[in-house]
Amino acid sequence: MDMEFIRNYYPLYVEAAKMTIVIALIGIILSLLIGLLCSMIKKLEIPVLKTIVNIYIELSRNTPLLIQLFFLYFGLPKLGIVLSSETCAIVGLTFLGGSYMAEAFRTGIDSVSDIQLESGLSLGFTRWQTFLHIVMPQAIATSIPVLCANVIFLIKETSVFSAVALADLMFVAKDLIGIYYKTDEALLMLVLSYLVLLLPVSLICTWIERRARYAGFGNTGTVSGN
Amino acid sequence: MQDSGILVLFQGTNFLRLWEGLWVSLRIAVISMGLSLVLGILMGMIMTSKNKIVRFLCRVYLEIVRIMPQLVLLFLVYFGAAKHLGINLSGDVAAIIVFTFWGTAEMGDLVRSALISIPTHQYESGYGLGLTKLQVNLYIIIPQTVRRLLPSLINLLTRMIKTTSLVVLIGVIEVVKVGKQIIDASRYTTPGAALWVYGAIFIMYFLICYPFSRISAVLEKKIKD
Repeated sequence: MDMEFIRNYYPLYVEAAKMTIVIALIGIILSLLIGLLCSMIKKLEIPVLKTIVNIYIELSRNTPLLIQLFFLYFGLPKLGIVLSSETCAIVGLTFLGGSYMAEAFRTGIDSVSDIQLESGLSLGFTRWQTFLHIVMPQAIATSIPVLCANVIFLIKETSVFSAVALADLMFVAKDLIGIYYKTDEALLMLVLSYLVLLLPVSLICTWIERRARYAGFGNTGTVSGN
Repeated sequence: MQDSGILVLFQGTNFLRLWEGLWVSLRIAVISMGLSLVLGILMGMIMTSKNKIVRFLCRVYLEIVRIMPQLVLLFLVYFGAAKHLGINLSGDVAAIIVFTFWGTAEMGDLVRSALISIPTHQYESGYGLGLTKLQVNLYIIIPQTVRRLLPSLINLLTRMIKTTSLVVLIGVIEVVKVGKQIIDASRYTTPGAALWVYGAIFIMYFLICYPFSRISAVLEKKIKD
């Protein structure tokens, strides 16, 4: 193990990790918004939009992110839509994440009994008000374990971004292996980077799950991962 | 040029070649799934062990698999094996090793949760009726476990199929690589080929995964009722 090499090149990993965090964060926030929107459309059964949402969810859940990225990055320019690597990564991650988040919210919403919705309506709330103020707060507590699992899943999925020429952690590792043949050092730093990125998230998730459970309305059911 | 791009898919044996390419990664998924199934059942039984150390080790294994992106594991095995063991693993073999390692952990966790979800009175009633341990497991516990496992098992298979698309990044010649060859070969005749080729690959993956996720959803509903 060449410590000198690690000392010299670890800043590259830090840079790459920073970029991964930024893109993952933007992607996750957008996914949550899209997921929320899609689950509302599904619950409120808005015609036409509901069909579009269903098609989107099936398409996004049944195809790999890598293929979605290739299509965005290499396919779309032929239609005159040229996206930068970063935009591509964010759009791809959001396209994938949105449907997973939507499904997570849906399981939460399904767990809230219809009586809640009906009571809200009979008290004179509109459908949107009932949904926002009565159904959602209860649903989110139930969804939290799955939402957390999705966040970890999405951060893990960022590892394929090197395929669309984004200088992420995988890209740096592959570069260092290719240029200097320092396989061990490059791989070690790669593994450590992902541990540093994901271990805290995983621990925070466990903590949040326990809190939600402690509050008494969190369903402790299984976490389905991706 | 744009509207003629789609024809590139049907030139010569292009369409067939794409499917053959997809089969390469599907085969990796199927082999890994088969191995994970066998190893995962064993793993699941080990995970229900009462021994604290065994349980702790299982937990560590599961966490490692859950936290590390599959692509990182692929890199570790593909590049690491070449350097340390001196063996030049082909991309296929490296992929099968990684996906089995990953699948076994996931499968083990599924088996574990299915096993502990069977109430103890099922065992006790079985013994009460005079069945032996083997008979209880064979006729009472395993049929119920399998029923509960099936939806998540199929779900795992679709995840496996989707994740094997990563093997192109460690140099396996599969559908994306074939797609690139087709695009490069027709660079001058049909510059718009990329859109159609990647579009076709996208749809192909969907066609493979969608039926499985439907089956899984139907089975899940059946169990709930």
